[in-house]
Amino acid sequence: MLDRRRADEARGGTTYVEALHDALWEEMETDDRVFVLGEDVGVYGGAFKVTDGMIERFGPDRVIDTPISEDAIVGAAIGAAIAGLRPVAEMQFADFISCAFDQITNFAAKSRYRTGVGIPIVVRGPSGGGVHGGPFHSQNPEAYFAHTPGLKVVQPATAYDAKGLLKSAIRDEDPVIFFEHKFLYRRIREELPREEYTVPIGKARVARDGRDLSIVTYGAMVWEALDAAALLESEGIDCEVVDLRTLLPLDDETIFASVGRTGKALIVHEDTKTGGVGAEVSARITEHCFDSLDGPVLRVAAPDTPVPYAPPMEAFFLPNAEKIARAARALAGY
Amino acid sequence: MGRLSDAQRLELYRFMRLNRVVEERLVNLYRQGKIVGGLYRSLGQEATSVGTAFALSPGDFLSPLIRNLGSVLVRGYAPRELFAQYLARATSPSGGKDGNLHFASVERGVIGPISMLGELIPVMAGVALAAKLRRESFVCMTYIGDGATSTGPFHEGMNFAAVRKLPLVVVGENNHWAYSTPFSQQMACASLADRAKAYGMAAATVDGNDVETVWEAASEAVARARRGEGPFFLEAVTYRMKGHAEHDAQHYVDKAELAAWGDRDPLERWSRALAARGLASAGDLARLDGDIARLVDQELEIAERAPFPPPEAALEGVYGEAPGESEPFFLRYAEGKR
Repeated sequence: MLDRRRADEARGGTTYVEALHDALWEEMETDDRVFVLGEDVGVYGGAFKVTDGMIERFGPDRVIDTPISEDAIVGAAIGAAIAGLRPVAEMQFADFISCAFDQITNFAAKSRYRTGVGIPIVVRGPSGGGVHGGPFHSQNPEAYFAHTPGLKVVQPATAYDAKGLLKSAIRDEDPVIFFEHKFLYRRIREELPREEYTVPIGKARVARDGRDLSIVTYGAMVWEALDAAALLESEGIDCEVVDLRTLLPLDDETIFASVGRTGKALIVHEDTKTGGVGAEVSARITEHCFDSLDGPVLRVAAPDTPVPYAPPMEAFFLPNAEKIARAARALAGY
Repeated sequence: MGRLSDAQRLELYRFMRLNRVVEERLVNLYRQGKIVGGLYRSLGQEATSVGTAFALSPGDFLSPLIRNLGSVLVRGYAPRELFAQYLARATSPSGGKDGNLHFASVERGVIGPISMLGELIPVMAGVALAAKLRRESFVCMTYIGDGATSTGPFHEGMNFAAVRKLPLVVVGENNHWAYSTPFSQQMACASLADRAKAYGMAAATVDGNDVETVWEAASEAVARARRGEGPFFLEAVTYRMKGHAEHDAQHYVDKAELAAWGDRDPLERWSRALAARGLASAGDLARLDGDIARLVDQELEIAERAPFPPPEAALEGVYGEAPGESEPFFLRYAEGKR
């Protein structure tokens, strides 16, 4: 990861956080229904600077500094969406999305089904650990929402996807929960196309081709999986890496095609193991690819605890390339 | 309600100075890169923390917020414990599982906060409810910033406490800022105490930078609650002299306003009051400051000597029994484990 960062920095390019900023900026330029609301998004430019400079460009009516009220932020976004606007609500940290759980899961997700009124909102914010944020600033809450029919759940791993997926999310007719991995914000960068592009929601990508086994992952763990694959290459184990990109709906086609080619599946996520998105992916693989499988479907995930605070404990808690490689070796040798 | 003794007046000074010196050491640690995570100062707000907590008795409960370091010092936590929290050491009250003021001890009457602002109000209302149900006379005190009074849980907790006439004192710390958001963008009320009217809760507003005034008002609120007269909302008007956290240069704050509040520094004011009452000369206070600085340095040394918690401790304490990480059979088999 560090070597890659150094190489990318030498090349210049756009960071993950800048890509998000650019996506939001471009959509606000081209569609005046789009507006942003959240805590400290305006004058301060967002706790992580995703909305930096926006209040100066678009004014306080389209970049709204709100009170500390996640429930009101999402509720106001829903109302504005019903009235024809395209709100993008920021959660300062994804952990705090719990405070808006009711609005998201009971109002936004069920509105179209119950009443025929779609709710085109985006609820976005930084999730994930690795920055010593402790139990309340490091969580990966995607599984709560991946379990809610009516929502779409997205988590990009690259700057390219961050930009393309956020633009798609803003244009989507349904509520999209958009998790940005805060560890990636300023740690990865790449040259992005000058011309307009989007990345479709609901489509995974093969991040690395391989013959021996499929590592199915998303978010920051894509980079750890790629590092593990590079490590295993020298040992003669050829890993394919699938980046899910969207967690609801899952791209079964890409997942099954990869497992069909390799015959083995290792699922990796930073979120805790029990009831994580990986459990769903695993179940689908065993349901649909049983005849192709040459080994058990394995998972590498965080243990079932809150995210600990002390650096050695957090390092122990988080999955990494080494833990992925260990599981992949065992699976390859099965 | 009694009056403060001369010894208590000096104790108030000592706690406020201790509050400030501990935070100054924390800033040094932060600059050295030793603090794990963020650091949130209470510079300029020490009188509110210390004056309110000082109004409680043993057996009462207090829950602090991020800037109420002075409150937990008054409740008996040692600087070494607070340093260990910020340094994420095994010896910290939370054993490295969480940072800053996120810790609790029922024995010591301190209930730790979570980061979801406002949620403390219903929780502490619940603790106060237990006092009523158990026919006990303890009182609960918690804090809320001007910003966090915008949260739903605040409203729900306030209403519940008022309806049930619970022995709860809510200290509304109006420091004018919620991160970068000013009071005027947080509410249309003229004062924070106006919030209480909606719940039929008694309320008062005091100068939060005058420690004796804070103590008097808090003591009255605590006494009322103990007599069964219901909850009280005490607004302490003060000012956040630093950014939201150490990384925040507070470019959004008006410099003249900041300077004006700097002239109302609670420690300076209390020093002058002590001198005017003939309780302590400038020299006396300088000697006391020296003693406090030495104590804090010793405490910091103790905290810094402590190890990080063992990594595997991350698995402990989720349930009554530690969960094991289950490995699939074949993985154990492949690695030759039984």
